[in-house]
Amino acid sequence: MLEKALKGSRGYGIWVALLLLLTGIGFFFYLRQLDYGLGITGMSRDVSWGLYIAQFTFLVGIAASAVMLVLPYYLHDHKAFGKITILGEFLAVSAVIMCLTFVLVDLGRLDRAMNMILHPSPKSILFWDMVVLNGYLLINIVTGWTVLESDKQGVPPPTWVKPLIYISIPWAISIHTVTAFIYSGLPGRGFWLTAIMAPRFLASAFASGPALLILFCLILKRFTRFDAGEKAIQTLAKIVAYALATSIFFVLVELFTAFYSQIPSHMNHLTYLFRGLEGHNMIANWMGVSAVTAVIALVLLIIPRTRTREPILALACCLVFLSLWIEKGLGLVITGFIPSPLETITDYIPTGPEIAITIGVWALGLLIVTVLYKIFVAVRTEK
Amino acid sequence: MAPTRRKFLQIAGIAAAGLVFPPLAKVLDSAQRPGTPTTAGLPPSVANTGSPLMAKRWAMVAIAGKCPSGCKDCIDACHRTHNVPDFGNKKDDVHWIGAEKMTHVFPAETHPRMPESIRDLSVPVFCNHCENPPCVRVCPTQATFKRADGIVMMDYHRCIGCRFCMAACPYGSRSMNYRDPRPFIPKTDPAFPTRTKGVVEKCNFCEERLAQGILPACVTACKEKALVFGDLDNPGSDVRRLLNEKYSLRRRADLGTGPQIYYIL
Ligand code: SF4
Ligand code: SF4
Repeated sequence: MLEKALKGSRGYGIWVALLLLLTGIGFFFYLRQLDYGLGITGMSRDVSWGLYIAQFTFLVGIAASAVMLVLPYYLHDHKAFGKITILGEFLAVSAVIMCLTFVLVDLGRLDRAMNMILHPSPKSILFWDMVVLNGYLLINIVTGWTVLESDKQGVPPPTWVKPLIYISIPWAISIHTVTAFIYSGLPGRGFWLTAIMAPRFLASAFASGPALLILFCLILKRFTRFDAGEKAIQTLAKIVAYALATSIFFVLVELFTAFYSQIPSHMNHLTYLFRGLEGHNMIANWMGVSAVTAVIALVLLIIPRTRTREPILALACCLVFLSLWIEKGLGLVITGFIPSPLETITDYIPTGPEIAITIGVWALGLLIVTVLYKIFVAVRTEK
Repeated sequence: MAPTRRKFLQIAGIAAAGLVFPPLAKVLDSAQRPGTPTTAGLPPSVANTGSPLMAKRWAMVAIAGKCPSGCKDCIDACHRTHNVPDFGNKKDDVHWIGAEKMTHVFPAETHPRMPESIRDLSVPVFCNHCENPPCVRVCPTQATFKRADGIVMMDYHRCIGCRFCMAACPYGSRSMNYRDPRPFIPKTDPAFPTRTKGVVEKCNFCEERLAQGILPACVTACKEKALVFGDLDNPGSDVRRLLNEKYSLRRRADLGTGPQIYYIL
């Protein structure tokens, strides 16, 4: 089926070329990072994880959200999703690949990455994250590809795929839960040390992932002959609305606990995140945008009249994506380090090369999505 | 597997140190020994022969009240001994020992009405060689591990630089080599390995010196004798004696990490 990705319209060619270019630029700067060290980024002794690990965290959520298509279709027989479950699985594939790339890009010694396998450490959450992410990648490649292949041949998918699809449901939950445990199990980082971290991750994932899927479906409808169907898109939109509401609720719950208990080690981080500390308020400004966009998006998604109008729905999905990207792909990781254990406030500002590398990895992921979706559309519309 | 490897490394390290270092150790010793208390709680005869210092549970007492303001003797000695680079900027900073404000080291134990003499103390901070170290728990390669004698060690040849340990350490004891440290080492001491860019490092309780029968560099460098090192499991050791006599604090002991640096003010 791969050959279907090779020929396409002019627009497709330009898009692919653009993504290749961005990936190439990212790779160029990554080579510079390899040469100079991670000092090329904005990370420091105090803020020792930055944009890379934050993208990783955000993208695990995007990957996990495929379950929001698979579960209704396979467990509740929600027929409208039948056409697009593969889109969810393919999105998951590309998101997991981005996750793994971001982890590798973040390593100080890439040449020793295999040490994680050579010296497996079951007490380390990172070890389990590696296990579940790779497993999830495999499951989604196999199920997505096999189902599409059978589609092409006009036969029902082989029976062994079904159990694998069922396994993918709890597995999706696991990848984001384990990722949350990376943070929530650390003593002395009051911002992350909260049992609601995993539920919060899942809620925001089930909003940002499906929002992205809606956008992709709308793009496919506009530029190709594939239409996901009004019903599927509207169901997804409702999922986004509920998940977003839950996500906002969870954040408010966190704020209550921290600010009503007034325990400084919990409160300080959140103050930094939303208001800034001692004049350091760059992240707080971003979070302001995140909060406003989340509320606007929620309103647009709840009111049926706005939700059912495609352009407004598209806008709402963009806002959801932006809001949750700021929250998770920027604020969540960095704020855990500020203030530091020794009460210092060290700002983190990503550098140019760091941003170029980050964009490069995103471009790589988009390229994978593009190619997979191209194949999907070709198979689906040729019949 | 792992314990065997460590045991082996330990033995090999001690053996190698014995082969390579005796003369060097002797020189250092003769310079340092006379005034040095046998804080390990070992009979002086043993501690003076250059045979390895051993303990069930190494620990240190820092008598912060003795530290004159602005004194950096322990830091300099440590960083010189271990080829710690000096990047001269906060972002790339690597350090094994720090000097921090009392109010930052013990935020929960200080308050504004305390005597200024206490609030304004500059407190030396080290890796706490935690009894229950979160950094060891999270390390995905076992590059950070705890020895039977309590020293939390790093294998610089195994570390992948994921910095999970830095997020996990609640004390900010760890540094990442964000750049190649070698050009920034003021004076490289060939007796101790240098690190490469991309690995994490931290205080090792001078395990390489203990193996040669010498006390940690910071302990011997301190003119005020503010740092006391020894076996916590030995009731006769100096650390135990001090802990018996005086009220002591540990950094954020509420976290359950079991820090093994005890502070007396
Ligand atoms: S102080 Fe930090 S680095 Fe040292 S053992 Fe404890 S957790 Fe690990
Ligand atoms: S940076 Fe090195 S020592 Fe720290 S957790 Fe990662 S592999 Fe272990």
